[in-house]
Amino acid sequence: MESRLESSLRGIELIEAIKRAGIRFVVALPDRTTSEYVLKPLLRDPEMRVIQVCKEDEGVSICAGLYATGQRALLLMQYTGLLDSANALCHIAVDANNPVCMMVGLLKKEPDIIPTQSKFYVVRVVEPVLDALQIDHHLIEHPGDVEKIVPAIEAAYQSSKPVVMLIGREPQP
Amino acid sequence: MMKRDECLKVLAGHRTNEVVVAVYTAAQEWIQICPSDLNYTLTGAMGQGSSHALGIALGRPDRRVVVLDGDGSLLMNLGSLVTIANAAPENLVHCVCHNGNYETNGDVSIPRRGKLSFASFAREAGYRNIFTFDNLPEWEKSVAGILGEPGPTFVDLQVEPGNPYKKDLIRLYSVEYRDRFRRALAAA
Repeated sequence: MESRLESSLRGIELIEAIKRAGIRFVVALPDRTTSEYVLKPLLRDPEMRVIQVCKEDEGVSICAGLYATGQRALLLMQYTGLLDSANALCHIAVDANNPVCMMVGLLKKEPDIIPTQSKFYVVRVVEPVLDALQIDHHLIEHPGDVEKIVPAIEAAYQSSKPVVMLIGREPQP
Repeated sequence: MMKRDECLKVLAGHRTNEVVVAVYTAAQEWIQICPSDLNYTLTGAMGQGSSHALGIALGRPDRRVVVLDGDGSLLMNLGSLVTIANAAPENLVHCVCHNGNYETNGDVSIPRRGKLSFASFAREAGYRNIFTFDNLPEWEKSVAGILGEPGPTFVDLQVEPGNPYKKDLIRLYSVEYRDRFRRALAAA
């Protein structure tokens, strides 16, 4: 039988994937799903520069500015911030061909229930909203899903299009 | 009060190799007053100029970045003052063209027009240097020093419309020009 840790999404593996994708700048607002085992370790990591923002749409623009300099970045936030940033995502990420890469915690999503089947309305609408905005997205919920991260980020930079990694459950240490 | 285009001409006269991020009416005027592939205007959404500039400043700490923001724009992204002060990029100069109006969106006054101190906002947020100018001679005398000082620096430029300039929205919001900017910056 798998131990609990082996079957859990691990924060350290998410961070290693982010680094393997060539990202050294993380723009972040705390999200309860990822704060403990992703954001806090990133804040302590000397290889990474974390830029804390006051509102998530700032982060879309900061990532775009970093892209203009040839740097790769990740915007780490909660789905509420994603929904709040719809205008910036339309005009800055999609319309302006900026490969804004986002890691978005789906707070409240029930384990092993797909987001569109959640009992929470705001969780259910996230993927349909991303589809309407024409933004690619990937659900990261199990350890095996971590391997989606590097190809997703590479594809975003190859195509100059945004991408969202939806974190479906709280990562463990 | 300074005519905005005259104020921008003073800045242009002191520009060497700075990146300039510009928004709305200031951007329309700037790209004609000081054309350069190092002008970045594809900021996409109102209020976001300062945040694009922060990203550029962090990605290229060797290069001075000047943002020509608007007062209505800054009101839409006031938190960016705190974000910028916290990130503390020494190479960022944040200028606000303070005319008290949403000039592009129908010439309507900003809330609390004439009663707000953007310089105080920036000071309390934690910018290193704060300046306010309402006349060209003082601005002309100070601009070279401001461009050379470690920042982040905030400059409240109290302006009014000057001469009319033609609108070139294709240039301002062109992905092709943004990509030209990327190439020019990579080569710089």
